[in-house]
Amino acid sequence: MTSALLDALRKGNRLALSRILSQVENGTEAGMAALEELFLETGNAHKIGITGPPGSGKSTLVNALARELRRREPNKKVAIIAVDPSSPFTGGALLGDRVRMLDLQDDTQIFIRSMASRGALGGLAEQTEALSQVFDAAGYDFVLIETVGAGQSEVDVVNLAHTTIVVDTPGTGDDIQSIKAGILEIADILVVNKADRPGVDQSVTHLKNMIEMGYARSINNGKHHLQDFRETSEHETASAHWVPPILKTVACEFKGIQELTEVILNHAAYLRESGQWHAKDQASIRANIRRQLIASLLKDFNQNVPADLVNSLVEEVQKRAISPNEAVRVLLTYNRNNSLESSE
Amino acid sequence: MTEKKIRVLIAKPGLDGHDRGAKVVARALRDDGMEVIYTGLRQTPEMIAEAALQEDVDVVGLSILSGAHNALVPQVIADLRTNGQTDVVLFLGGIIPEDDIKTLLDQGVYKIYGPGTDTREVCKDIREAVKSKA
Repeated sequence: MTSALLDALRKGNRLALSRILSQVENGTEAGMAALEELFLETGNAHKIGITGPPGSGKSTLVNALARELRRREPNKKVAIIAVDPSSPFTGGALLGDRVRMLDLQDDTQIFIRSMASRGALGGLAEQTEALSQVFDAAGYDFVLIETVGAGQSEVDVVNLAHTTIVVDTPGTGDDIQSIKAGILEIADILVVNKADRPGVDQSVTHLKNMIEMGYARSINNGKHHLQDFRETSEHETASAHWVPPILKTVACEFKGIQELTEVILNHAAYLRESGQWHAKDQASIRANIRRQLIASLLKDFNQNVPADLVNSLVEEVQKRAISPNEAVRVLLTYNRNNSLESSE
Repeated sequence: MTEKKIRVLIAKPGLDGHDRGAKVVARALRDDGMEVIYTGLRQTPEMIAEAALQEDVDVVGLSILSGAHNALVPQVIADLRTNGQTDVVLFLGGIIPEDDIKTLLDQGVYKIYGPGTDTREVCKDIREAVKSKA
């Protein structure tokens, strides 16, 4: 069944693509098998992340960008993954990004997929990267990834996107200060949307000052390569020598969109010429392997170590008989001995 | 792995601008734990079928208060079938005259809800319909 779907996807069948996206999103066995096969056909798409606070106009901007990309590159296909939050109480979600993307519905070379975050907190859903890989394999040249409305720490998109666009609006005043510690740092391109509103020049100046400070620092960081699976902040390295431009747009009137598209394409060219495309790709693969490794190790651990042992250690720790560190050492030793026996 | 989420597309075909009912239902389904894709006003049947395809939904809910249901609903059903989505559950809400209800149900509409419907009933019906398809 799956191989028939995969063949259909490769031939451009959109229902097959949609069905595979669901399987992958739900983490079914068939979906994971399909993803393993499709991954080998990825690596061509330019992934563009769009993030920013709720109501800053991300969806409207994505709508305008997708249209402009299709106008400039009529032979290329555009995929959009729009993530909205799931309710922490019911697990339900209202995915409303399509309401802003009605301009795109008569273009069969554009494929919009809404995604609920399903409890993930980094601004994306757990399977957003996986879906972007499916689109990549299905021949989509641009994959636009819109995060949930983000504030300070929802920065997962940077590990996934080649180009990260942070959208802000004028008149957020002091809020800019609070934003700048987190989300502005990940921007390759800064957009001040709703630029027909008062306070736009002030916002731009504010951002400019902030960028100038950050630019000095990212040069100092220069090049450092991390060769294991430690947590890395690879985006700092990858962004060195690219000073994030600040653009003004009015997305609902298509103002500033041509300029923004130009900058996005320039950024892709810059990444390729500087070798950073390769570096970003490698960093995201490393993060991906790391994530799967942790999940598998944990699964192995849970199979090797009986819950009773964990529970008794918890009690020991609670009695202050041993420290949590000691408990971990006992568990790791048990796991090591046990897995050696079973693998021989 | 968690239970598979039910995905529902809520759309308003045609030209009437009364979207309160659609929003109330969308909200109720969300509160029942479903993933609801809301597409907004003034959709053509082609647009609705296209969105249903891209989102791979289990259910499509249409809200029509314009009186054009006899023209719009069969077209949505036809477009869904053309796209190969034969297994989608389709329900309808709005002001639908008694005489038209039977015809629409015969054409493949799963349920039709009028004003004053308890949204819990809608949620329950949808869960049952999706379960029986699985």
